[in-house]
Amino acid sequence: MKCPLTATQIADEYFIENRHRLLDIAAFLDRLERSAGSEDSSQDFRVRAFRDAIGTLLDGRGDRARRIQMVFSDPTLEPRAALDRKAAYGAFHADQEAK
Amino acid sequence: MRYIEPHAHMVSRTTDDYRQMALMGCVAISEPAFWAGWDRSTADGFEDYFRQLTEFEPRRAALYGIKHYTWLCLNPKEGENRKLAREVVERIPKFLDRPNVLGIGEIGLNRNTLNELETFRDHVRLALDHRQLILIHTPHLEDKHKGTRLIVEALLSFPGIEPSRVMIDHAEEHTADMILSNGFRTGLTLYPETKVSLARAVDIVETYGFDRIYVNSACDWGHSTPTAVPQFMMEMRRRGHSDESIRKVVFENPIAFMRQSPHFVTPAGELESVPVGAA
Repeated sequence: MKCPLTATQIADEYFIENRHRLLDIAAFLDRLERSAGSEDSSQDFRVRAFRDAIGTLLDGRGDRARRIQMVFSDPTLEPRAALDRKAAYGAFHADQEAK
Repeated sequence: MRYIEPHAHMVSRTTDDYRQMALMGCVAISEPAFWAGWDRSTADGFEDYFRQLTEFEPRRAALYGIKHYTWLCLNPKEGENRKLAREVVERIPKFLDRPNVLGIGEIGLNRNTLNELETFRDHVRLALDHRQLILIHTPHLEDKHKGTRLIVEALLSFPGIEPSRVMIDHAEEHTADMILSNGFRTGLTLYPETKVSLARAVDIVETYGFDRIYVNSACDWGHSTPTAVPQFMMEMRRRGHSDESIRKVVFENPIAFMRQSPHFVTPAGELESVPVGAA
């Protein structure tokens, strides 16, 4: 079913909180650029996935939430041979999986 | 409006949480067995936990007028230990007749390993052998899509599986369709950071409809909100949905699933006309 609200009603209800979230994302990316140390944040697999997800956000093709979920997801098909760690990372760690 | 919390780990919560949930209209809680944050070392440790879930916790909930149900298993986070898993699975049947036990859960996968998958299959076999409902945990974050697919494939490989008797929980935008299109029930978990937000949960319900779907807080010892279901009800109202639609998701759908267990007692005066197993 469609959302019962009109586009204007959705903006009335959700614009301010999502403006807030957008600024948080902008500040997160700025913070990465201001980070201490010499490492390049773009080398972090999570940050790379995050930037890819932003590309999906802006490609104008709709179904964004599902497609961004897939950007972060493990694309492999077979079960892991053994447990590597208890907790997930939040983004697929291709280099770790290759080891 | 009365509601049911279908997934809450109350052994980790305070009595203040029970009080607050009761004040907000919660009439029943179902509590799956889960990971304590550290690995238990013996099957005896699990027996003690099962006694807590079937003896102590129902009494604690009753103090606030809440009916307490539970599900038994070795949680997926501990599923890698095959020896321990086999020992625990052997001990579960003697608890299945206890009056608040609804079935086997929350079973599933954590990091999608071969051993976890075997432990999952052991639990499904146990459930089918004892005609128990099944409650399933799907993995976190990047593991969710692959893990949900492996779980659905494993379930469908059992000839005796009845999808309407299986709840595959913690669905998100990329997994809800594969669960529902295979006939299973699904749950949306309302978490502050991981899993789904209130607004996204309503989006998913709007996308897939009001049948075979419920919402839960999955509150435990981590970052979670025991009153997330009433907050979801507010979000539904904010979105313009009717009380009838809200009630279906937070009250009627949990009942339709759980009352397939002979241990579930339909709340007084409610839904006697809803057929067992209805969406």
